[in-house]
Amino acid sequence: MIVNKTEAILGRVILIVVLIATVIPLVNMLSAALQPADTNPTGLTFTTDPQWINFVTAFEKGNVWRLMGSSLFIVVFVVPISLICATLAGYALGNLRIRGSRFLFIFFILGLTIPFEALIIPLYYEVQGMGILNTQWAVIFPLIGLYMPFSVIWMRAHFVGVPQELSEAARVDGASRWQEFRSIQLPLARPALSALAILLFLWTWNQFLLPVVLISDPLNRTVAGALTFFQGQYSSSIPLLNAGALIIIVPTILVFVIFQRQFIQALLQGAVKG
Amino acid sequence: MTSPIAPRRAAAKAAARRGTLSGWVFVIPALIAYGTFVIYPLVLGIQYSFYKWNGVGPSEFVGLKNYIRVFTDPTLLASIGNAFVLIAFFTLIPVSAGLVLATLIRSMKPGPFSSLSQTILFLPQIIPLAAAGIAWSWMYAQTGAINQVLNAVGLGALARPWLGDFQTALPAVGLIGSWVLTGLCTVLFLTGIGKIDQSLYEAVRLDGASWWREFITITIPGLRQEIAVLVTITIIAALSSFDIIYTTTLGGPGRATLVPGISIYRIGFTQSNVGLASAFGIVLMILVLACVLPIQRLARASSK
Repeated sequence: MIVNKTEAILGRVILIVVLIATVIPLVNMLSAALQPADTNPTGLTFTTDPQWINFVTAFEKGNVWRLMGSSLFIVVFVVPISLICATLAGYALGNLRIRGSRFLFIFFILGLTIPFEALIIPLYYEVQGMGILNTQWAVIFPLIGLYMPFSVIWMRAHFVGVPQELSEAARVDGASRWQEFRSIQLPLARPALSALAILLFLWTWNQFLLPVVLISDPLNRTVAGALTFFQGQYSSSIPLLNAGALIIIVPTILVFVIFQRQFIQALLQGAVKG
Repeated sequence: MTSPIAPRRAAAKAAARRGTLSGWVFVIPALIAYGTFVIYPLVLGIQYSFYKWNGVGPSEFVGLKNYIRVFTDPTLLASIGNAFVLIAFFTLIPVSAGLVLATLIRSMKPGPFSSLSQTILFLPQIIPLAAAGIAWSWMYAQTGAINQVLNAVGLGALARPWLGDFQTALPAVGLIGSWVLTGLCTVLFLTGIGKIDQSLYEAVRLDGASWWREFITITIPGLRQEIAVLVTITIIAALSSFDIIYTTTLGGPGRATLVPGISIYRIGFTQSNVGLASAFGIVLMILVLACVLPIQRLARASSK
């Protein structure tokens, strides 16, 4: 690549400024979290005596163990069930091309454009009618349904890309459709599945609207939904509020950093295909 | 939903072998989940929207009254207006910034700095939006970092509680959206640029074209598809924003940052006007469709 020098330097400066602007709010949270809990800090200042104890206090006062447990409970149901349903449907639409798959595909695409806010009121009464309002199931079941259009379209995009010859070869060898699905299609779908799993994990973990509306006890919500509870709990202490919010952010950042490569790659493929 | 078991033509042998019904079995679990928690509430919402109901007592059919109110009530109209203002911050800024940043990163040698930049830019997209709201409330606070910087450079007169000021609250909230979405746009554009034929860039450089010319004649046309996807995603994010507003301003001061999501929440659950809230939900969905469909059509037309 041929780039002249002034352009290169200017570009680098712009990029560095943007990077700083990106991290400042997070660094600013950390700086506030390390101030003494009973003080009212001013802006971005680093204390010489960082109060790491604030994280311990926020952890205990915020019932973070319970919240993480509650979030995990929700995630453990939403992610695997969504993956199973979406893989089966994606296979049928993308590989089997069953009758009506075009119609079904469009039917699912429509679901992508429905904002959760448009459904939240009827969902509340639906979930109430099922008798699961204010339990974690009130978030688990609707989330599986709400993530389904994206998940199905994602898996369909993967199966469309798998050469038909593979299926035909398996069938010539006398494999049943189910055998073919299990021993040929599933292993090939692993990258698409793991990326979808990471996405669904993050979306569920970060989900805010549903837990806030459908679960009145903040301790039964997702951690993100419980942030409002933190705001009330720590309204008098900016250091503790920031410490609490940071504790909630950390697992998502860890997941992202660990799986970064698969995640971004897959996200891009999915987005462009979709 | 039953599948038609029409007699198939002999020519469609391969397809016939697969049968029709057994394939549908694979789709049924997904359809049940989707039908129960998306389609059914949607239908229910449409039904509610024609009634006056407080959620517990008897309901009364009111026809289109709720819809008329959505388009005449100044508070509700204000929240729709605010959502459209947010598009500037959620779509315009991140998409243009993403284009520039992706071009900048591409022009650097691939290495630790460029991959670290991508990771950092993507971070805001990973954390809960509600947490982003908390982080930025603190940035914008009277004693926060923004005012601290203004004071330090002698612009103390401009300092204010940004989220509490009628003039600045909406842009301030909007910029949080820009902060969240810029990284997503940048990373998506970067991969898109990677797919553009590199010889095009070399050719235009050999002609002595400037950075700007290269950007306009090669990068932008090459990224049409990515631009369409991102404009769609970010417009949906702008029109249906909730988390950020909820944790920063709750729609205030006054109705300066009120958006449809917050209005629906308030009307439906605080004021217990289920019919009106449902009607607003349906209107919101139609607004999203009205914005997104033309973009998709444009993108498809231009890629042909």
